Amino acid sequence: MSHPVSQSADKVIDHFTLFRQPEYKELFERKKTEFEYGHSDEEVARVSAWTKTEEYKEKNFAREAVVINPTKACQPIGAMFAAQGFEGTLPFVHGSQGCVAYYRTHLTRHFKEPNSAVSSSMTEDAAVFGGLNNMIDGLANAYALYKPKMIAVLTTCMAEVIGDDLSGFINNAKNKESVPADFPVPFAHTPAFVGSHIVGYDNMIKGVLTHFWGTSENFDTPKNETINLIPGFDGFAVGNNRELKRIAGLFGIQMTILSDVSDNFDTPADGEYRMYDGGTPLEATKEAVHAKATISMQEYCTPQSLQFIKEKGQQVAKYNYPMGVTGTDELLMKLAELSGKPVPAELKLERGRLVDAIADSHTHLHGKRFAVYGDPDFCLGMSKFLMELGAEPVHILSTSGSKKWEKQVQKVLDASPFGKSGKAYGGKDLWHLRSLLFTDKVDYIIGNSYGKYLERDTKIPLIRLTYPIFDRHHHHRYPTWGYQGALNVLVRILDRIFEDMDANTNIVGETDYSFDLVR
Amino acid sequence: MSLSVNEGVDVKGLVDKVLEAYPEKSRKRRAKHLNVLEAEAKDCGVKSNIKSIPGVMTIRGCAYAGSKGVVWGPIKDMIHISHGPVGCGYYSWSGRRNYYVGDTGVDSWGTMHFTSDFQEKDIVFGGDKKLHKVIEEINELFPLVNGISIQSECPIGLIGDDIEAVARAKSEELGKPVVPVRCEGFRGVSQSLGHHIANDVIRDWIFEKTEPKEGFVSTPYDVTIIGDYNIGGDAWASRILLEEIGLRVIAQWSGDGTLAELENTPKAKVNLIHCYRSMNYIARHMEEKFGIPWMEYNFFGPSQIAESLRKIAALFDDTIKENAEKVIAKYQPMVDAVIAKFKPRLEGKKVMIYVGGLRPRHVVDAYHDLGMEIVGTGYEFAHNDDYQRTQHYVKEGTLIYDDVTAFELEKFVELMRPDLVASGIKEKYVFQKMGLPFRQMHSWDYSGPYHGYDGFAIFARDMDLAINNPVWGIMKAPF
Repeated sequence: MSHPVSQSADKVIDHFTLFRQPEYKELFERKKTEFEYGHSDEEVARVSAWTKTEEYKEKNFAREAVVINPTKACQPIGAMFAAQGFEGTLPFVHGSQGCVAYYRTHLTRHFKEPNSAVSSSMTEDAAVFGGLNNMIDGLANAYALYKPKMIAVLTTCMAEVIGDDLSGFINNAKNKESVPADFPVPFAHTPAFVGSHIVGYDNMIKGVLTHFWGTSENFDTPKNETINLIPGFDGFAVGNNRELKRIAGLFGIQMTILSDVSDNFDTPADGEYRMYDGGTPLEATKEAVHAKATISMQEYCTPQSLQFIKEKGQQVAKYNYPMGVTGTDELLMKLAELSGKPVPAELKLERGRLVDAIADSHTHLHGKRFAVYGDPDFCLGMSKFLMELGAEPVHILSTSGSKKWEKQVQKVLDASPFGKSGKAYGGKDLWHLRSLLFTDKVDYIIGNSYGKYLERDTKIPLIRLTYPIFDRHHHHRYPTWGYQGALNVLVRILDRIFEDMDANTNIVGETDYSFDLVR
Repeated sequence: MSLSVNEGVDVKGLVDKVLEAYPEKSRKRRAKHLNVLEAEAKDCGVKSNIKSIPGVMTIRGCAYAGSKGVVWGPIKDMIHISHGPVGCGYYSWSGRRNYYVGDTGVDSWGTMHFTSDFQEKDIVFGGDKKLHKVIEEINELFPLVNGISIQSECPIGLIGDDIEAVARAKSEELGKPVVPVRCEGFRGVSQSLGHHIANDVIRDWIFEKTEPKEGFVSTPYDVTIIGDYNIGGDAWASRILLEEIGLRVIAQWSGDGTLAELENTPKAKVNLIHCYRSMNYIARHMEEKFGIPWMEYNFFGPSQIAESLRKIAALFDDTIKENAEKVIAKYQPMVDAVIAKFKPRLEGKKVMIYVGGLRPRHVVDAYHDLGMEIVGTGYEFAHNDDYQRTQHYVKEGTLIYDDVTAFELEKFVELMRPDLVASGIKEKYVFQKMGLPFRQMHSWDYSGPYHGYDGFAIFARDMDLAINNPVWGIMKAPF
């Protein structure tokens, strides 16, 4: 089986082209026909075609037990993400250690940043006797090695199934002098079999606030002019949180972002590794109880936290991933109302420029049909913005979406002529979406990197605008919130539309009459 | 073992210094895992396969990761259910570059995530009923699936679900193998036990319970590739060499693997094992039960490739031996050109490695072929026999670290300042921010293959592009 050597030092070829060489194609063929005992090409083609039918869709939607390619993760990663937004905070995941490796990997792949968290490394003996000793030794090690200012404890499903009591364990560890008695160790129980990462986020925000603000209701807390803001679980947090801070600066509002990961997940490369950077100062977190109001940027990430904050006598307001013109308008008006300050002139200019950009481009967007998937708040905010552009959100799907969310989305869709073909799918997954995309086609998909398989199967272009984005770089550094963010989103969508247009018209001598230079 | 590295560096003193930061109890425990290789040592002098200490950043994973992520997950024509809560399957979804050829969602499922998505009620009442239904639905929606595996997550073992009973009933009903894998994450101290458990399931539920495919005709040249996960196409770049020397690769475990290949493996004349740690159990079993010899080989870098090809060929007749020489000679000019091009750019560069089960030793000579030095190496989840196999690859004075914590590794790198760190995604950005070139040695940083002669050229290019990129020179602002 001799063949020429395709590889060469002059032009090193890797997997992109190496396996297209004849010798590898022959190798694949031999392996397949002689050893794989697969199904015939005809059978594969038949079943492949069947998976694209209305009949298959019905079967697919009738399933009750198996979940295939869901748009959700489990609670602990949300809690870990929330904890990492506080100054010098080391998340301590109480349970088996593999989970933490997964969470760190996942966040690292999205942000292209280090991600620090420790595990109490529970194994069989802890399953039998409980994880108290792991907590005692673990807190001592974490405190000694990584010198955090705060350790935020959360659980994996293992610790939850065996019923470890975090509050008691932490007290025990403090009694054993694992960490000083006054060292902050907030905690959250985050069973992976309840809710999803957005619930974990909520649990940890509440856990941290409970630690600093106390558990008892306190309607008499004296208030100042500060406004708190909770971003929620957001893959664009680096760009978005900075944009929120810029907006607050233009207003002259004293704002505390409760869990600000923007610096910690975007540290410079200058020869020094910073294990912790930025984050909400612990003092500011403590003082945040005196704020006059708290605004949540993602209501489905914060129901318990907002309830808790309300009980502390603060006004609360909630948004659904404020993307676009009216989404930003509403947020700015709320900031103006709460602060008693007018919307700054600079922001009015930005608004005008954004609207100008939309007017310039509206012909390319009008009537285009979109599928949107991701977390509940993202889906809502994204759909609203699409309708504002004259585009039509058709399939809006979120595995973490509840019945309440479905109703809320439907109401938003029903309020616009651009939403008339739109339907919300809560509790459904990307295999459901595949069926929808084949049976009721759209022009574009908006979601995350997992959508690339849908793009391949359906040939519908994918625009990556939410977590996780593993296969493209640096998008999270640019905001998607505020007028500037909306402009970024607009450009991302338009670029994809134009690229698609060019790709569909570039056959020389055949379709190139529409291969226009000016669009 | 020859010569010595880290000359003039007080590596022992460094170890002591790093250990100082620990509370006493943990310091004593960690001290057993760190060592400097001495001349004439029989092994690396470190303890291994011991529980990680709590509260540190261990880079290790869990038994589930070892079974689903490594052994079973890459079998492409089966569907692997992440049985339990949604997360484990989500995080391991399509993260590992086990290349395969197939129509995803129709006859292959390697880049999909199937889960029983446990809710609170499943924890309280048990999930066996749901599992029955999950399997039925999978079989209905994916009729070409050749088999199903149940990958248990932590709660399954804790609440005492009987997945074996479900597997038996469903295998019978569907006429397809349904295999239960007790790879709950809390079992054992790392992903290593997951490999072992997964191997045992192949033994008990595939070899014992299924019939090999009919019509298979054996030849005297039948071999298998075991423990090559086809990262970036590694197994293909290996397979092509074995085929060129005249052998017939009847099964590939487990990257681009199929159920039929697993089933037909006991018909091989010899099992060729690349990742010893993850698959030695099943190779030993086949030796005992079916009398099939197995051989460990190493296809990283031309020195090891040539040595391995000769060792493999020595198990066969003269034709194969001659073919091996021909193949080595055929690729030599390309190898020489690669070395001539890249060695001058890489010679003398110091590397610190920290990876999983075979690469801390296997990859060493590929670096040596390029004139590079290994100054430190260690395993995430090795056992004692891995360290015994390591000492002849590395030189006296090499720093050895077992289950190194992120804290230790950072300190070692900070103080020893190698020219390249070769580890995983969790470590990558830490060292890049320190200004150090880095290559991911689990995923080849989305490049590859690195195995075989074709892979060596890519390996050399990638080390060059990592080390000699101008970015490392602009880290410090001129103001």
